Amino acid sequence: MKRMDPVRTIDNAFFWDAAEAERLDIQACEACDVLWHPPRPMCPKCHSTELSPRTMSGKGKLYSWCMPIHPPAWGFEEPPIVALIDLDEGVRIVSNLVGVDPEAISNDMPVRVDFTETAKSKVPVFTVTDAGGAE
Amino acid sequence: MKTRPSHAVIAGIGQTEFSKESGRSEQQLAAECIKLALDDAGIAASDVDGVVTFTLDNSDDVSTMRSLGFDQLNYISRLPHGGGASVATLAHAQAAILSGTSEVVVIWRAMNERSQYRFGQPQQQIPVNASGSTFAEWCMPFGAQSPASWEGVVAQRYMHQYGATNEDFGQVSVVLRKHAATNPNAWFYEKPITIEDHQASRWVVAPAIRLLDCCQESDGGVAIIVTTPERAKDLKQTPVYLRGAVQRLPFEHEIISDYYYADDLTRQSIYSTTSRDLKQQSGIAPKDTQVAMIYDNFTPQVFSQLEGYGYCGVGESKDYVKDGHLELDGSSPLSPNGGHIGEGYIHGLNLMSEGVRQVRGTAANQVKNVESVFLGAGVGGAIIAKGLD
Repeated sequence: MKRMDPVRTIDNAFFWDAAEAERLDIQACEACDVLWHPPRPMCPKCHSTELSPRTMSGKGKLYSWCMPIHPPAWGFEEPPIVALIDLDEGVRIVSNLVGVDPEAISNDMPVRVDFTETAKSKVPVFTVTDAGGAE
Repeated sequence: MKTRPSHAVIAGIGQTEFSKESGRSEQQLAAECIKLALDDAGIAASDVDGVVTFTLDNSDDVSTMRSLGFDQLNYISRLPHGGGASVATLAHAQAAILSGTSEVVVIWRAMNERSQYRFGQPQQQIPVNASGSTFAEWCMPFGAQSPASWEGVVAQRYMHQYGATNEDFGQVSVVLRKHAATNPNAWFYEKPITIEDHQASRWVVAPAIRLLDCCQESDGGVAIIVTTPERAKDLKQTPVYLRGAVQRLPFEHEIISDYYYADDLTRQSIYSTTSRDLKQQSGIAPKDTQVAMIYDNFTPQVFSQLEGYGYCGVGESKDYVKDGHLELDGSSPLSPNGGHIGEGYIHGLNLMSEGVRQVRGTAANQVKNVESVFLGAGVGGAIIAKGLD
């Protein structure tokens, strides 16, 4: 059972294309130097339509999490850990925390990006970084 | 020239039975509940000239007119954001009445949300370029495919910040099932639960939401008639005044949350600004009313609303609930009909009709000396009252 493929739209394709290449890209307004997520066709600050992907460090902190158990989520053998991740660059995204026992999770723990396969694509997920900051 | 009314009033309410299988079409449920509301008010269907419902409602204006025989509509409004916008329908009805656009507005919501489809089931298809799709497309590949999972990440942060437990959340269900137990219209009539029952129910989304933290899935319909005070003089019911009504959508707010904008998801601005504006419009803050009809999709949402609307301080809900404030004889009884958890889930509308009954003094679990009631749900709120002072 594979997790469901992301849906590409004109406005979000850059994100999923980057994920396939194992990069975490977030949309940036170059004029304002502000990151926006989810992507949108116009910068709400300056109204420029010149927005471009910017590659993130992939480091962040776990803001919060939950584990959907029943009814089971489509595309997962075991209940996933849904996570809100605060990226170091200041943007929050929805993802998964993987390779961790739920008992060992704590809010604000440092995490870093990894990538996992869907049926036809890849999506960014996050793993716990050692508390000392080692990779 | 007619003078414009100073206020809108609620003149009629109607509802079908709430069940798990209505055995009839949603269009029929809509027609039936609207007919019951018109009869309750004493208004002819041909006098209806405005309609308000949800974008999610499957009964359209044409089919509703066709069944009921509305003569001509001058105002047709549909609100996005699901049950979160239930109370905001009153702001739209009010706008039609106060502007003179319409004189008799019907609000309805009718659904077979158990027998035909179920909001609690994970969605399998990611919607594209549709209402709410930019929310879904960033959640669903990660297994966040149902409302409980979208709420779960917010609730977990709340638990972390304020030391609340799932058992604390469960106290809300115990109160609402107690209320439902003495309401013959409630699905869970004569079926109260204990906190032990709650703790024994299975996880829906760990570590925040068990089965008994969730609203029901129900079939049924509810309608509400809004008109002018002048028109209400000749009608069957003593009018219930709409003293304040707010629709509200802050920047980046989405289904259930504002993941991407609010630094602190446990303190969403939507509730506090709604409360502030209702006080400004009506002179009455939610806490000043005698009954709190607060949207209970999941118990953690009741906590954040109690705090946001000003019933208690941030992080204090667990103690506020344990201290009995939400009981029928407490300072702010919560949904005396049993709410969505105990009575049924008609997407907010059955909480609004119960609020009207509480002001009229005709509810199954009637709270004493009700002058005003607060209706609160996600992207809107309202204060309804017996009179204008």
